[in-house]
Amino acid sequence: MTRIIGSSAVIAALAIASYGMIAAVVGVKRREAALVRSARAAAYTCFGLMTVANLAMIYGLVTHDFSIDYVAQVGSRATPVFFTVISLWSALEGSILFWGWVLALYAALAMWITKSSLGSLGAYANAVLLFVSAFFYILLVGPANPFGLVSPVPLDGPGPNPLLQNHILMAVHPPLLYLGYVGMTVPFAFGLGALLSGRLDDTWLRVTRTWTVAAWSFLTLAIVAGMWWSYEVLGWGGYWAWDPVENASFLPWLTATAFMHSAMVQERRGLLRVWNMSLIIATFLLTILGTFLTRSGVISSVHAFGEGPIGTYFLAFMAVTLVFSMVMLLGRSTELRSEGHLDSMASRETVFLGNNLLFTAFTFTVLLGTLFPILAEAARGVKVSVGAPFFNMMTIPLCVALIFLVGVGPMLPWRVANMEELRRKLRIPGGAAVLTLAVALTLGMRDFWGLLAFTAGAFALLGNVQEFVLGTMARRRAGGGSIPRALWGLMNSNPRRYGGYTAHIGLVLMAIGITASSAFRMEREATVRLGEMVELGGYTVRFEELWAEDQPHRFVVGSRFAVLINGRERGEMNPRLNYYRARGSEPITTPSVRTRAHNDLYLTLLAFESDGSSATVTVIVEPLVVWIWIGSLIIAMGAFFSIWPRRRRPSPVRRTRNELQEAGVA
Amino acid sequence: MMGKKRVIGGVVALVIVLSGFGYLMYGGIGENLVYFVTPAELLERGDDAYERPVRLGGQVVPGTVRWNADELDLRFTLQDEDVHVEVISRKAPPAMFREGQGVIVEGSLNRDGVFESSNLMVKHSNEYRAPDDHEVMPAEKYRDLIRQTN
Repeated sequence: MTRIIGSSAVIAALAIASYGMIAAVVGVKRREAALVRSARAAAYTCFGLMTVANLAMIYGLVTHDFSIDYVAQVGSRATPVFFTVISLWSALEGSILFWGWVLALYAALAMWITKSSLGSLGAYANAVLLFVSAFFYILLVGPANPFGLVSPVPLDGPGPNPLLQNHILMAVHPPLLYLGYVGMTVPFAFGLGALLSGRLDDTWLRVTRTWTVAAWSFLTLAIVAGMWWSYEVLGWGGYWAWDPVENASFLPWLTATAFMHSAMVQERRGLLRVWNMSLIIATFLLTILGTFLTRSGVISSVHAFGEGPIGTYFLAFMAVTLVFSMVMLLGRSTELRSEGHLDSMASRETVFLGNNLLFTAFTFTVLLGTLFPILAEAARGVKVSVGAPFFNMMTIPLCVALIFLVGVGPMLPWRVANMEELRRKLRIPGGAAVLTLAVALTLGMRDFWGLLAFTAGAFALLGNVQEFVLGTMARRRAGGGSIPRALWGLMNSNPRRYGGYTAHIGLVLMAIGITASSAFRMEREATVRLGEMVELGGYTVRFEELWAEDQPHRFVVGSRFAVLINGRERGEMNPRLNYYRARGSEPITTPSVRTRAHNDLYLTLLAFESDGSSATVTVIVEPLVVWIWIGSLIIAMGAFFSIWPRRRRPSPVRRTRNELQEAGVA
Repeated sequence: MMGKKRVIGGVVALVIVLSGFGYLMYGGIGENLVYFVTPAELLERGDDAYERPVRLGGQVVPGTVRWNADELDLRFTLQDEDVHVEVISRKAPPAMFREGQGVIVEGSLNRDGVFESSNLMVKHSNEYRAPDDHEVMPAEKYRDLIRQTN
């Protein structure tokens, strides 16, 4: 029954999305408002149907209805209810189902908010949203059907992939990733809507600004949650390995970040209009490419791709979208010529151009490194992998240059900089940079890029903090009031700017955390008997005991280590190995992490004697790791602050060029 | 306003920067490619096999694993069909490492014909595999631990 409800809802959604897509286009062409309205209703209906389909699947999972294909694949009676619910996104079919729901939610919300206010632009955007939705519904009806019938009905299933049920972050990372990935469909749809309708002014950018920033924030949090998960679960003490799956999530983030900055150049100066369109198209295609890479099996082998049909669907969809978007973009290119021009090299728009250049180079590097093994296997039949050294060598200089621009950008005004003011603003951040360099050299640091990264980091951190300090001081001089009030007033006077600077500060903290934890990481592996100790980086750990516990869905082998600092006991740690019964006999390492502001102590249990007499552990000490997680939260806070709905009218400074044009000013 | 000359200058500078970057990228990827090979493919390379980083994939020959926990010294033999390569690793075997299993080792073949591994990965799939009747469940292996704990 559940199965029938779920699959009927998906089929109905496919029919209605197809109808809505056609109705929107025909409605605009024939100027029939009723048809356009019905297309919007189709978007709402798809959302309702996908909600039903997803609830049906969750119901099926919770009630262990093993007649449903997907439940038989990832369900198990022994799995705790919480992990049963989130196994909705633990494998391909469920992920696509959930993706379909998120997309339907975004489409319905976008249509609900804009209604008919955008005319043909909105109608075409709706058509694009429904087109993309229809693609995912086709996957759900065809090659990724989660509601298939299993016969005979098995009594129990294997449960979700143990890696995915081993940590709470798996409840957080995938939904955030989908919110980020799928959210990029909205600006893409409105961009394409602008091309289709010929309304090529900045309307599409202004309407989708909030969506872009929100989706970007979700994507940022998702990537960092993935890093955190990898750190907390995989047991090697790292958080990023330039793995193709990681790169897949990172690629659209790179182009989306470039887009958010270059969109400002278009809004303020009327430049980069074709470029912005290209960036949002690229971002959308990269989200699809990312799903293709992670879901078609093409990464492990080109041949795996041939086994399932889903890869072909993705490739066809990408090809159609790419060709259609490019044709539309080329057709409108003369109408999209820049309205303004660059006034001076020393201006914020120049910094944004530099930012875009660096992000483009970054994207190409990661894309090439990710796709090269696939292309090499397809073309020459050799299995190769591109090592992390390639990515590090290419991207570390780009990161350092980007961090430097993060510092310089806020110092420069639009159009032309006043050299006197620039010199004044350079003083403190420049001094901090020199001081940092001197301190790092004195402490014996000799790693060239590490030194540059810290120097640029100090410069960028102070450069952005300075903006808050100067602004708050000016506000107090003008109107008085306490420092927090003046600061809050300042931030609310221009949320976009100060939200952006807040995000910059978070990013710099992340960069400092990443540099420190990779440059000063210490690692030791040892086999210890009961009572024996291992020393590393000011910590001593003493092996106290080995224990085991039989749980319904898994078997846990745990260890207890006492942590000593300067000879005094400061707590204990319990790295474990979890054996998930239904999934064969592979144990999942569960490291234990002791996090402090200055460093993390990280213990992984690797092996043990089954009489409990000795254990082999990896001990890792990494400085400043926690600042990576804190930095990402600050980024998200800044980004959400900048788009938080406010009732008051925008100040004149914040008016976009369009509004000024409408008012007859420009 | 920027003159035409400055625009052309900018474009030329951009082309130089991009081609320089492209060259770096091309060279960088060539230097950092790591090939996947089987023991047979590795030894076929003759003299080229030595001291080149590769990923070697094969099956752990049952009965060859020697693990000295105190010295952190792991030795075993990898095979594909009838070609054997001896492997030495200075790290503890991953928890899922077992005899007869497919593994990938990253490292290089030294002049003595021993493969020095810096990284050992166990091949495993996400797909469910019904437990083999002959396979000892790991829980059984560690029952005595529970008995001691309780």
